[in-house]
Amino acid sequence: MASELNKLTIAEASAMLRKREISALELTRDCLERIAAVEPKLNAFITVCDKEATAQARQADARLATNDAPLLCGIPLGIKDIYATTGVRTTCASRILENFVPPFDATVIARLRSDGAVFIGKTNMDEFAMGSSTENSAFGPTLNPHDTGRVAGGSSGGSAAAVAAHECLGALGTDTGGSIREPASFCGVVGLKPTYSRVSRYGVIAYASSLDQVGPFAKSVRDAAIILRTLAGKDPRDSTCSARAVPDYQRALTGDVKGLRIGVPKEFFVEGMEPEVEKSVRAALKNYESLGATTAEISLPHTGYAIAAYYLVATAEASANLARYDGIRFGLRVNAEDNIALNEITRAQGFGAEVKRRIMLGTFALSAGYYDAYYLKGQKVRTLIRNDFERAFEKCDLIVTPVAPTTAFKLGEKMNDPLTMYLSDIFTISVNLAGLPGMSIPCGYDSKNLPIGMQLIGPPFSEENILRAGDAFERSGASKPRATAV
Amino acid sequence: MMAESKITLEQVRHVARLARLRLSPDEEERVRADMDEMLAYVDKLNELDTKDVAPTAQVGEAGTPMRDDEVTNAPAADAMLANSPSRERNYFKVPKIIE
Repeated sequence: MASELNKLTIAEASAMLRKREISALELTRDCLERIAAVEPKLNAFITVCDKEATAQARQADARLATNDAPLLCGIPLGIKDIYATTGVRTTCASRILENFVPPFDATVIARLRSDGAVFIGKTNMDEFAMGSSTENSAFGPTLNPHDTGRVAGGSSGGSAAAVAAHECLGALGTDTGGSIREPASFCGVVGLKPTYSRVSRYGVIAYASSLDQVGPFAKSVRDAAIILRTLAGKDPRDSTCSARAVPDYQRALTGDVKGLRIGVPKEFFVEGMEPEVEKSVRAALKNYESLGATTAEISLPHTGYAIAAYYLVATAEASANLARYDGIRFGLRVNAEDNIALNEITRAQGFGAEVKRRIMLGTFALSAGYYDAYYLKGQKVRTLIRNDFERAFEKCDLIVTPVAPTTAFKLGEKMNDPLTMYLSDIFTISVNLAGLPGMSIPCGYDSKNLPIGMQLIGPPFSEENILRAGDAFERSGASKPRATAV
Repeated sequence: MMAESKITLEQVRHVARLARLRLSPDEEERVRADMDEMLAYVDKLNELDTKDVAPTAQVGEAGTPMRDDEVTNAPAADAMLANSPSRERNYFKVPKIIE
């Protein structure tokens, strides 16, 4: 009979590993067994690293025997296939990188590796992190563990689904416009997008560099705090990365939110939202009041312009970042009569439809004669959105909103209408434009038994406050996690 | 009634050349329609007067740090070239450029 150690949280497993009640090898084997059992239904992984993970687990056990191992030593994690991992293929869910094996580790991978974490596999995603459903993967969509007829969210859908289905204890995602928070909400797990610059982006395949940020998926807020502590901190290889000291985020989890001032933006509770989502988030706000926090309506007046500004800024940056996939130095090459044709045909065959769509829009927004009207306009509106938040945080410590207007939608439902798909990120995208930290935590279920997520947003570098508030809600027991269908 | 087009097929072909993407005729039309829809949507930004607003290019606090111009990585030509689609000795091989 399986011992189901894979169902443990990181905090629980870490304590048991230290007491030698379980071994990292047993824990890793339970995760691998679970992966073998559910992957045919979920497709959360692009590459499963059986052999490497087993070897890492054995090393972790040796280190744990010395009584001097970090908290993440021996903990199996899923890694979004956007992170460079030495010797393990890194595809970004694209045909153009289908056989790319990086000769180096991303900074966060190196940090987790030095802590002794076990990399159980590379998780599925929207190609180049462009999407909100993980349907834009060259390796097929990831399905939602709560209902396999529905999407897992995106772009980090594989990581969210893998954690929800207990294929691993935690995972890494990236978030450019909601790509951690939305799938966390759809799959009923915790997903944290830290402040822009809190975590190094070195070795993370770039989509939109001024918006991309690294963050964890976890089964609890405490676990997210544990992972963030290892991820965060200065890196000479990413010049945008902040030199601020990294706190022990677990210490912030006091359970005390008395006097916390929560702002509730009126622009986020508008038409198009599923009534059950609104009801659930409103109930969570009541719960915060009962814990001693105060709530007040605030305004973020430019919210309605965030998606438009984002799709100019992000696609422009993407068009520049993706210029490197030219078929010359690495990745797919389709031979042709000359080099220009080689570039054009390689890119035409290597990129999927959504990636082409965004490269085209971004190239147009940057092109001669259109730069001021589109790209520059987007950047100016970005300033207005940032100012909205700055003003709001004069009156509150934390902003609470729904993560998405709906719960997980059906597979294929939005695939033929890009704009409708883009609108699923309406509540998360402005947080990236402003560079703020945001966290998605489960706050309830709808009548179809699908998870609902609540978003906690704070000023730059307020991760401790966000984690404290999330943990306090979790401890209150107001939302009990339910078993997945798979 | 047909709304006015924001972008023509000829513009799409021009942008595709800039982006080094060889689109099929079907793709060209689909991309044109999608871009048309997005450009019409982003027009809503023109409701905002941004004449005196400074653009935001970067939200980090790190500024532009300088470092010494020193080589920090060890030579690793084989590792760097291991992913090359076509290689000869320590070179990336490409089709002939000059006749």
